[in-house]
Amino acid sequence: MKILVCISKTPDTTAKIAFVDNNTKFAADAIQWIINPYDEWYALVRAIELKEADVTTAIHLVTVGTADTDPIIRKALALGGDEAIRINADSHDSYYIASQIAAIAKEGIYDLIFTGKETIDYNGSSIGGMVAELLDLPYVSLATKFTLEGTSAIIIREIEGGEETDKVQLPVVVSCQKGMAEQRIPNMKGIMGARSKPLKVVEPAAVEAFTSIASFDLPPAKAGVKLVSADNPEELVRLLHEEAKVI
Amino acid sequence: MSVLIFLDQANGQIKKSSLEAAGYGAAIAKQTGSAAEAIVLGTVSDDLNELGHYGVTKVHTVKNDALNNVDAQVFTKIIADAATAIGATVIVFSNNFNGKAIAPRLSVRLKAGLVSGAVSLPDTSNGFIVKKNVFSGKAFANVAINTAIKIISLNPNSFTVSLTNATAEVVEFAATVDTAKVQVTDTNKIVGEVPLSEAEIVVSGGRGLKGPENWALVTDLAKLLGAATACSRPVADIGWRQHHEHVGQTGLAIAPNLYFAIGISGAIQHLAGVNRSKTIVVINKDPEAPFFKAADYGIVGDAFEVMPKVIEAVKKMKGVA
Ligand SMILES: Cc1cc2nc3c(=O)[nH]c(=O)nc-3n(C[C@H](O)[C@H](O)[C@H](O)COP(=O)(O)OP(=O)(O)OC[C@H]3O[C@@H](n4cnc5c(N)ncnc54)[C@H](O)[C@@H]3O)c2cc1C
Repeated sequence: MKILVCISKTPDTTAKIAFVDNNTKFAADAIQWIINPYDEWYALVRAIELKEADVTTAIHLVTVGTADTDPIIRKALALGGDEAIRINADSHDSYYIASQIAAIAKEGIYDLIFTGKETIDYNGSSIGGMVAELLDLPYVSLATKFTLEGTSAIIIREIEGGEETDKVQLPVVVSCQKGMAEQRIPNMKGIMGARSKPLKVVEPAAVEAFTSIASFDLPPAKAGVKLVSADNPEELVRLLHEEAKVI
Repeated sequence: MSVLIFLDQANGQIKKSSLEAAGYGAAIAKQTGSAAEAIVLGTVSDDLNELGHYGVTKVHTVKNDALNNVDAQVFTKIIADAATAIGATVIVFSNNFNGKAIAPRLSVRLKAGLVSGAVSLPDTSNGFIVKKNVFSGKAFANVAINTAIKIISLNPNSFTVSLTNATAEVVEFAATVDTAKVQVTDTNKIVGEVPLSEAEIVVSGGRGLKGPENWALVTDLAKLLGAATACSRPVADIGWRQHHEHVGQTGLAIAPNLYFAIGISGAIQHLAGVNRSKTIVVINKDPEAPFFKAADYGIVGDAFEVMPKVIEAVKKMKGVA
């Protein structure tokens, strides 16, 4: 069994979101970077669990990014995974990234490709579906449970207003979210071991992005809270009914 | 040249988020001087002629029971064929769970740039630029789509549809329906509840409610208001409520008209998923709780004392005994 886990680098969840160069660029300078939580907590940890159940499993990590992504990929390797591939490129758009990952996946011939359900910075939720289409593979999105049954996968995924159980023959692309696994903290042994795991850097394939970011905006600031006395909840209900007109 | 809107159905009915996408697609058609056409896959009981009210002029259907389960690969092929057949230059989805599964595949298949999570109509004055949500609701990006065909998936509750009296023509699209590689062995739908992603009102509880036995304070109000229920992440992690109710940066991002937060501190990761709500009400006993800074209305007080009174006041307003 060979598993490819897609890893993305995102700003820490408490990072201050601001823009520079006339609002065309994210102010990345003082930012603390983390592994995208969906990639780390769910996709990677579930892959590690599958390897723990079957030691012959190989886990490869893939990321698209320049050299400043290396600490993130090493951190992912400290959690688990056998080797990593970094495609040496800035990220452009989802199609560009998916095309780079698909090229790696084609070469490596994987049984399973895991992504997180979305990145917490660009919120595209597109990479998994795009990789699947590029490789002509089935895609199961928003998975909350994943088990193997011979050469098939049994996957529970979230659908509008409920869930669905799917059975699919490998290979398959799966986007992972809460429920798949529990967050883990890397231990000392993992951190030391990660240093000697192979991290292969490859140059990107020539791909034209479909989209480009013209500029960013910040949402308008709130006017400020209107406080109602705890003794007078009728007033709150009146305001919601007559002023905000939401109930 | 036309705009094609993918309409999602569940149990034979077009989803609310898709009707919003229909109105949005029709507005783009009007803006670009083209026609708005829609596609519906599977068996539907709704009167599809009425989609005209949303500005759709023609509805293409593929009545096939095999399409009542959504398979991204099968659906992508049919929608791509339909888009090519009618010469669609803009394709619109709702950015709901199915939209997230299908739109990226279609983007690759048609070599069409995708903006997912759009929050307003495109700006076509200089190219084709779509505003979308980024950084989990903390900012917006204006994204230029540089391909001939454009795909937009609209965040639910982002667009106000104005209805007309028009009716739409309904035609059958002769599609090749492939056998899905993903076999659906079971579906489990929570019936009778408002799905969180589509809800106009959401009542949400945090760790301040002390335990699942106190959740009537949330669910009673939700029932009265026809609202969906949500919770903060620790509440789902401890198992007081189910995972699918978790909202925030690492849960569901929502944008209801009213978000009612009870006993939630308003941590930055929580706010990221709810700050696009049009009106936010916070009930918290700590006047320093960060949530008050993001709120429109608030009561500083103990939820166990305040909420029963709020529920009584809503009953009175609604004329419920
Ligand atoms: C990477 C990362 C991702 C995260 N993602 C999310 C996410 O997606 N969603 C999310 O919600 N959190 C997320 N968190 C967690 C977040 O940081 C907070 O810890 C969490 O939101 C706090 O939940 P809470 O407000 O319910 O609980 P607490 O922080 O414990 O707050 C409880 C609140 O209830 C109030 N209270 C107590 N008793 C009463 C009473 N009797 N009446 C009224 N008020 C009362 C208190 O004053 C307090 O403000 C994330 C954290 C990290 C690090």
